[in-house]
Amino acid sequence: MTDNLPTETTPEALPAPPLPRTRMQPAIQLLTSAAIIIGGTLLFTTLVLLASGTAPLEAYRLILSGAFRNPRTIADLIMLTAPLLLCSAGLTLTFSAGLYNLGIEGQIVIGAVLAMVPLRLLPDLPPPVLWLLALSAGASGGMLWALLVGVLRLYTNVSEIFVGLGLNFIAIGITLYLVFGPWKRPGVASMSGTEPLPEALWLPTLEGSRLVPLAPIIALVGISVVWFALTRTHWGLELRATGLNLAAAERLGVPAHARLVQSLAGCGALAGLAGALQILAVYRALIPNISSGIGFLALLVVLLVRFNPVWVGPVAILFASFSIGSIQLPLQLGIDSSIAGVLQGTLVLFALIAQGVQERRR
Amino acid sequence: MDTQQILINLAAILAGAAPLIFATMGETITERSGVVNLSLDGKMLLAAMTGFAVGVHTQNVLLGFVAAAGVGMLVALVLCFVSLGLRLSQTAVGFVLALLCTDLSSFLGNPYVRIPGVAVPAQPIPVLQDLPILGQVLFQHNLLIYASFLLVPLVWWFLFRTRAGLTLRALGERPTTAYARGVPVLPLQLLYVLLGGALVGIAGAAYTLDLKQGWSYRHIAGTGWIALAIVIFGGWNPWRVAFGCYLFGALQLFATRSQSLIPNVPTQIFQVAPFALMILILVLVNAGSNPTLQRWIEQLPAPLSQPVQHVLARLNTAAPAALGQPFRRP
Repeated sequence: MTDNLPTETTPEALPAPPLPRTRMQPAIQLLTSAAIIIGGTLLFTTLVLLASGTAPLEAYRLILSGAFRNPRTIADLIMLTAPLLLCSAGLTLTFSAGLYNLGIEGQIVIGAVLAMVPLRLLPDLPPPVLWLLALSAGASGGMLWALLVGVLRLYTNVSEIFVGLGLNFIAIGITLYLVFGPWKRPGVASMSGTEPLPEALWLPTLEGSRLVPLAPIIALVGISVVWFALTRTHWGLELRATGLNLAAAERLGVPAHARLVQSLAGCGALAGLAGALQILAVYRALIPNISSGIGFLALLVVLLVRFNPVWVGPVAILFASFSIGSIQLPLQLGIDSSIAGVLQGTLVLFALIAQGVQERRR
Repeated sequence: MDTQQILINLAAILAGAAPLIFATMGETITERSGVVNLSLDGKMLLAAMTGFAVGVHTQNVLLGFVAAAGVGMLVALVLCFVSLGLRLSQTAVGFVLALLCTDLSSFLGNPYVRIPGVAVPAQPIPVLQDLPILGQVLFQHNLLIYASFLLVPLVWWFLFRTRAGLTLRALGERPTTAYARGVPVLPLQLLYVLLGGALVGIAGAAYTLDLKQGWSYRHIAGTGWIALAIVIFGGWNPWRVAFGCYLFGALQLFATRSQSLIPNVPTQIFQVAPFALMILILVLVNAGSNPTLQRWIEQLPAPLSQPVQHVLARLNTAAPAALGQPFRRP
């Protein structure tokens, strides 16, 4: 299973070849898909909300509008969307190559850990130099962690799914060790993380806000590079060919195994960059939950848009807005904020169902 | 360590591995029929929460297990609908379901966090429990643990000694051939995925109603992934899978015990060790089938390469040939 599972499952998920159709069909298809996705998701989450004794309309209102309440929440939304976009861009690479990179959470975490190293060792360097060092250390950390997956996949045929998941737990173990061991706060070690970075090392924010303009800029550059590499270069063509059919690509002279490893390295670097941003721009310290589940959320985003780099942006913003919007649910309605995850997961599930229904009709 | 301590530890290993036995046997059946159910981790959490909640409301342990099995089957049904009915990637659907069920368990389980519930009563078996050594290790548990002992031979017997088991394995190896011989492939796959789902559900409730009584946020997160890895390690063979479960249980017990024995090693090492071990074992199990690695091993000095090759060949396992591929009627 470990070898053929990922490569065999991808082709059906990629766009089917165009068929001759009338002008009306795409519109009808779009409407059916939208009806399945929105109708199914609303029905399911409403039932879940009712089961927990919550007024559904009030909950929906808070989740949907919560992120756009005031400049502060909008800043939070942008600061969550930026790493989410970077991870989604990376996963677009690995999914195109036919890999399920579930190890992305660990890649974010190791990126964050390595970004801390220059910040702790050389705090006297001029901040811009340090930022550059931290960002590159983060990217290399994530890449290293992803390459571990790639090497094991290549040389021992182990499924990247299980290696990745195992490495996630190991990465979190390393973080906990650092937070409670060598990097603990003077006096008390706690789940709240390491000593915050000195203010001089924080990435500059917009006046009076938590928004770091550099974060969304890096994210947009990341997603654009991925879009260009995948759709406008020969390398991207070879990568997609590898994902569609590894054996066939190899016969045609594509260095398929190299492309697999390169897609993982690229994804790891982007995830590591996201981890470095979590340190430099969001938490300003290493905390045990530094990835905040962004990697898995990005997996959902990319599964929903079926690896299409153009749609990654809007869906990432939508999903991030659910997460930010649900933060106030425990305070206002006394329910757990994990309903955002339920909503996101259900959306992706019904999107898959809609996709399956469309493909059956052809 | 004296004999008494060893016996206590052995009994603890057998009991501690019971939920894993249920989960891995369920997944073995599912995967032998050709379907990967990657949703294990979330499904176990959701079933664990449901079993606990039903137990709290009805004050009845059995109803808790029934509800948990029901939840397992329900999630399995969704997986079947999307992956068998609509023929979408089993990996993708399984992963989405794993995340969705985890969040559902956190959301719906919120009122049940850290409240007292019901538990499986201890039920030593009369007469047998007084046997020297064996009595203490095997017969002083509860019905759930005894059931886990019986489940392994039962699944093995069903898979390898019955007609229905032969058909089940055919589904995972050559579904088209089975179909040509008149086997209703999809309905049978549905049946076995549901059966596997029920067992996984019971595994979840085995934690909240017996081994780690009570419910908290992400109570047993990570166990499901371990169970999936153990099935691969066990090569889809019930005996070897069960061995994997007990080995894992033993290592976990060893880790918790050594934590107090060797205090200057950070505790995180022990928390992380099972996952590092999982990767290592998967590497060992798969290494035998990789040509590049084979070439490397052949270049080792002769006294080394022979035994290494032998061990890797013994460890190497082959998945059911049609695992994860949706069946299409020819």
